Amino acid sequence: MINIEKREEFDIKIDKTVGKPFIKDAKFSTRNVDVFYGEKQAIFDANIDIGKNQIIAMIGPSGCGKSTFLRCLNRMNDTIQDCHISGDIKLDDEDIYQKQQDPVLLRARVGMVFQKPNPFPKSIYDNVAYGAKLHGLASSKIELDELVEKSLIRAGLFKEVKDSLHKSGTGLSGGQQQRLCIARTIAIDPEVILMDEPTSALDPIATAVIEELMIDLSKKYTIAIVTHSMQQAARVSQRTAYFHLGYLVEVNDTNTVFTNPEHQLTENYITGRFG
Amino acid sequence: MTFGVIFTALMALLLLGYYIGKKRSIRLSDKSNQRLHSLPQHYGYLIAFWSSAPALLILLFWSVLESSVINSAIIAQLPVQFQQSSADEVELFINEIINLSHSGVTISDEVKRHAVFYYNELIEFSNWVKSLIVFVLAFMGMFIALAFVKPEMKARNLVERLIRWSMIGCALIAVLTTVGIIFSVIFESIIFFKTVNVFDFLFGAHWSPQEAIREDQVGGSGSFGALPLFVGTLLISFVALMIAVPLGLMSAIYLSEYSSPRFRLFAKPVLEMLAGIPTVVYGFFAAITVAPFIRDLGESLGLSLSSESALAAGIVMGVMIIPFVSSLSDDVISAVPQALRDGSYAMGATKSETIKQVIIPAALPGIVSGVLLAASRAIGETMIVVMAAGLSANLTFNPLEAVTTVTVQMVALLTGDQEFDSTKTLAAFALGLGLFLTTLVLNIISLYVVRKYQEQYD
Repeated sequence: MINIEKREEFDIKIDKTVGKPFIKDAKFSTRNVDVFYGEKQAIFDANIDIGKNQIIAMIGPSGCGKSTFLRCLNRMNDTIQDCHISGDIKLDDEDIYQKQQDPVLLRARVGMVFQKPNPFPKSIYDNVAYGAKLHGLASSKIELDELVEKSLIRAGLFKEVKDSLHKSGTGLSGGQQQRLCIARTIAIDPEVILMDEPTSALDPIATAVIEELMIDLSKKYTIAIVTHSMQQAARVSQRTAYFHLGYLVEVNDTNTVFTNPEHQLTENYITGRFG
Repeated sequence: MTFGVIFTALMALLLLGYYIGKKRSIRLSDKSNQRLHSLPQHYGYLIAFWSSAPALLILLFWSVLESSVINSAIIAQLPVQFQQSSADEVELFINEIINLSHSGVTISDEVKRHAVFYYNELIEFSNWVKSLIVFVLAFMGMFIALAFVKPEMKARNLVERLIRWSMIGCALIAVLTTVGIIFSVIFESIIFFKTVNVFDFLFGAHWSPQEAIREDQVGGSGSFGALPLFVGTLLISFVALMIAVPLGLMSAIYLSEYSSPRFRLFAKPVLEMLAGIPTVVYGFFAAITVAPFIRDLGESLGLSLSSESALAAGIVMGVMIIPFVSSLSDDVISAVPQALRDGSYAMGATKSETIKQVIIPAALPGIVSGVLLAASRAIGETMIVVMAAGLSANLTFNPLEAVTTVTVQMVALLTGDQEFDSTKTLAAFALGLGLFLTTLVLNIISLYVVRKYQEQYD
């Protein structure tokens, strides 16, 4: 590990997110979000809007809080003990952390795809049908079959698995498993899909397939993706947010961030001076 | 020299061998200016092995065979009329000689005095030869092995091979012991089945193993229908599992998924303590608390029940085997990857839905083996049954009646003064064989089920 505290970048002050963190027609909007793990603060005063039917990429060095921030958006952090969140996070102008909000229902609206593909130890069919069964989305076997097929087609996996729907999902290749996880997420028809480094465990070809899929999905869904790959952020996203040591440093159109960053830290990161 | 002294000396030689081997390898490498192939202690281990293992092996063999060789030597030189007497008498005579030789009393009988003298002589000779052979072997082993030590010798690989062989040896001992037990049970059972028909034994509904000792004795027909015993065993085990599996599984799920880490740290050892309570205490508890409670409860409902019942024994046994289910299940449930839980929560599943749909199926093989362990424990349990379920062999599926189990009857058959070749004693071996086959079949079935399940989901 590089000792970041000794580096000159650390002396650069972060008091306000630069760029254009706020937009019209936001799907998610977060204001003054602080996240603590026990005593340790992981996110400092994050203010950002996430636009509808857009892909927003969150980049930054390891440990900068981008994954933590992502997991606030569907309240996955609730499952971690000692995790404490303050501030407002609104989904369609509705505070998702207010008392009467049910995190279980929220997660049906805000789906998530993880870094490591995590299909359930069930058949491919049951993996995709899992959420639909939980939420009663299909009233008959035929409807369920249709839903499973549609989701697999959407995720670009159907052709490869149509003859082995009842084989185990864990027997697929890494890229196929990740697409299965995406299929399972879109089967419950969420409004937002969060992706936490969805291609970091995959080879370049599988990555390209998933990136194409993301762009295709963004026509219907709002997507927030955490990634370590700046090329990936540049390829798929419309907007990019740069996190640094828990601070949201800069948010802007992806083009602007990569060609004309406003903040010194952002520039250092995207030019590869650290990361 | 006695066995203990020789053994201690060999252990000292082992240490010495290690030390010499290590020193010698270093010296040789210094002298020839050649780098050692392995670390000095590897050479030490090798020398230590050769200076003790072969000698130790001979010592063990000698000590095991010594007495029978000496006994037959004594018999061989006895007067002819002794050699023609029965085996029991000869054995008795030998025992007397050994006792006399230790007591040092003056003996008047000419034959016996001669035999004692001869015995002492033989023992002395044997000890002497034994010590000689063992030590010669030990030193020879050490020196020959030392002669082989060269810097380029691949001592590390040889030590690796030694370790491998010793592991194989240990595994073999365990396997051979099992095989030995199985065969001894099988052979005794075969003798039993010569007098009692296999089908009468397996499907006979009447168990009354009392045999007439004298020709003219009344009663004691000797009826060996073991069906009631096996039914009793399965009935009580079933009751026990009906208690232990739900309670154990639920508490495992609570401990691993819901409870705080602090509570788990405290509750898990307490729960595991249940398995540590001596079964006789459970039996006592069953007999004086649970069984009367069930009887009183039955009375208040207008049933007249005996104070011994399969239900009482089964319930208490169920409590006893809860930790077998809960502890193992807790371990496997905790080992289910967090990624699977996250995946399920992210789909909008609640905690209990996640547990039911994802965690339990993923942990099933481990849970099944926990249940199996509990089941074999229940099938083999004796003390609780003796105290709470009784000794009467009823063929019944009613858990409110008194029943008995295979293990209880085996104890009953073998306690007290028994001839070892009577049908009654041999019946215990046949019962043991039956019990062994029952647990074997259970194991095979569950293995099959688990494998079937894994094929589907792995």
